[in-house]
Amino acid sequence: MIETKEKSKKSKILEALESQDVSAYFEDPLENEMILNMGPQHPATHGVLRLLIRLNGETIIGTVPEVGYLHRGYEKLAENMTFHEYIPHTDRLDYLSPLANNVAYVLAVEKLAGIEVPKRAQFIRVVIAEMARIMSHLVAVGSTAMDVGALTVLLWCFREREKLQDIQDIFTGVRFTTSFTRIGGLANDMSDESIGALKNFLGEFPGKLDEIERLLLKNRIFIQRCEGVGVISKHDAIAMGLTGPNLRASGVQHDLRRDEPYLVYPELDFDIPVYEDGDSLARFYLRLEEMKESVKIIRQALDKLPVGPINAALPKKVLPRKENIYSKMEELIQDFMLINFGISMPVGEIYHAIENSKGELGFYISSLGQGSPWRLKIHAPSFMNIQVLPILLKNHLISDVVAIIGSIDPVMGEADK
Amino acid sequence: MKNLKQVLLDKLANNFNISNESTQECQGDLTIVIPKEKLLDICTFLRDDFELSFDMCKDVVGVDYNRHEYRFEVVYNLYSLKNKFRFLLKVKVDESNIHIPSVVDIWPGANWPEREVYDFFGIIFDRHPDLRRIYMPEEFEYFPLRKEFPLMGIHGSIPLPYK
Repeated sequence: MIETKEKSKKSKILEALESQDVSAYFEDPLENEMILNMGPQHPATHGVLRLLIRLNGETIIGTVPEVGYLHRGYEKLAENMTFHEYIPHTDRLDYLSPLANNVAYVLAVEKLAGIEVPKRAQFIRVVIAEMARIMSHLVAVGSTAMDVGALTVLLWCFREREKLQDIQDIFTGVRFTTSFTRIGGLANDMSDESIGALKNFLGEFPGKLDEIERLLLKNRIFIQRCEGVGVISKHDAIAMGLTGPNLRASGVQHDLRRDEPYLVYPELDFDIPVYEDGDSLARFYLRLEEMKESVKIIRQALDKLPVGPINAALPKKVLPRKENIYSKMEELIQDFMLINFGISMPVGEIYHAIENSKGELGFYISSLGQGSPWRLKIHAPSFMNIQVLPILLKNHLISDVVAIIGSIDPVMGEADK
Repeated sequence: MKNLKQVLLDKLANNFNISNESTQECQGDLTIVIPKEKLLDICTFLRDDFELSFDMCKDVVGVDYNRHEYRFEVVYNLYSLKNKFRFLLKVKVDESNIHIPSVVDIWPGANWPEREVYDFFGIIFDRHPDLRRIYMPEEFEYFPLRKEFPLMGIHGSIPLPYK
């Protein structure tokens, strides 16, 4: 009697389940195609990247990346503000390395305006750009390792990044959105305190980096997850317009610090690491190598740091110092004119790019001689890097998706502008 | 550098009749204006010529100059890895005939930048494999980087989520 009751109960649940409309009925689930929607809110897509993945069993046969979930219209905004006013917006592009974005933007504007900044400012800009590279690569290295299961690396990387952010705090006054550069110079000089803190950090950092590397160097799980995964050939990488570490991991020796020298990079001695494999592991190790080179560059730049002014002496183009604005008439007038009407620019169009941590970050500026750009176009490296995802993901397993996205290191703030 | 610039200008003048008047220079950045009809031929030539070998199309930029004739300009940012040389190739586009051939067959990397130009300016790239909007939503009706589009946006053009 009890048994039959149990039976009828069970069958009712089964009935309810079977009466539902089940349109997808698979004989063998591994032999059918399915569409998987990954993102835009997904912890492994490093932001708001959305991927539509077409699967055959567990194998990816097609991918469509969708960007634009973080689009803020920065190019439109630039057309409606003066050149100076736009500097804070560059922080929000690649928010992992705001200092380098500031440098990239002001270099483009200075090229258009024909401003030569003093040597000291150029050296400090090299220092902050390389600091930003280390900060960005630490996140890239840590999150790639976390995506394939090594959580410790992320924590150790963020510990180091935290120290750099403290230095940045002494240096610029903020931890995140720095807006540190000015057209024709810098907002502040580098104090002895921050130089000392930076030198201390550089003393410790290579050792810590070795520790991080040792966690993964012979780690079988990590290597098997990354080796031979997401391979892009040299030819494809060039044709798709990849830049930065992702291009150099495919065996192309292309670094704007060498190829189109800017600032004082020609005076500094550093190597450009290149890997031939073009897989996730190569991209990962290349970033580790690049951090070591950045340490070398910062050390040299700090040793060679000359004394002198940090702002160009061009009152019609460069903002005066705050203390002079409050005490001197001419500076007050200059400040008023520059803030309200902007710099009077020559007519023409230029493109200037720097080697950012993600790749070539360039600004195309078309000027009609007004205080604001007629058109400002951001050449965002992450945008071009996300474009190759369909090539990288093709014929890989679904578990490799996170290892590949992590290794190309996209930052959606930059890709979506 | 100087040398390659001269080689480039000579080759364009000999093969495609591009006169020196159509080149501009601003702070050392070379810009060459070419007619739209010759775009595909010139791009193929620039990529395949052994001496020049412009193997990278780094970017495609649209500009709205808000003029009567040739309202838009499309600027290709070409780079040669071999020669470490960069220049800007410019094509003028009229508002009445807003079509331009796509260079995706020549440089596959131009795919997304061309979609971006279409999204922002409404310039239609003929024979583009996947010409969809990239930043703005699919149902958005305007082209936001045209000069007549207001900075504050147009009310109701993007539906907000229902509360």
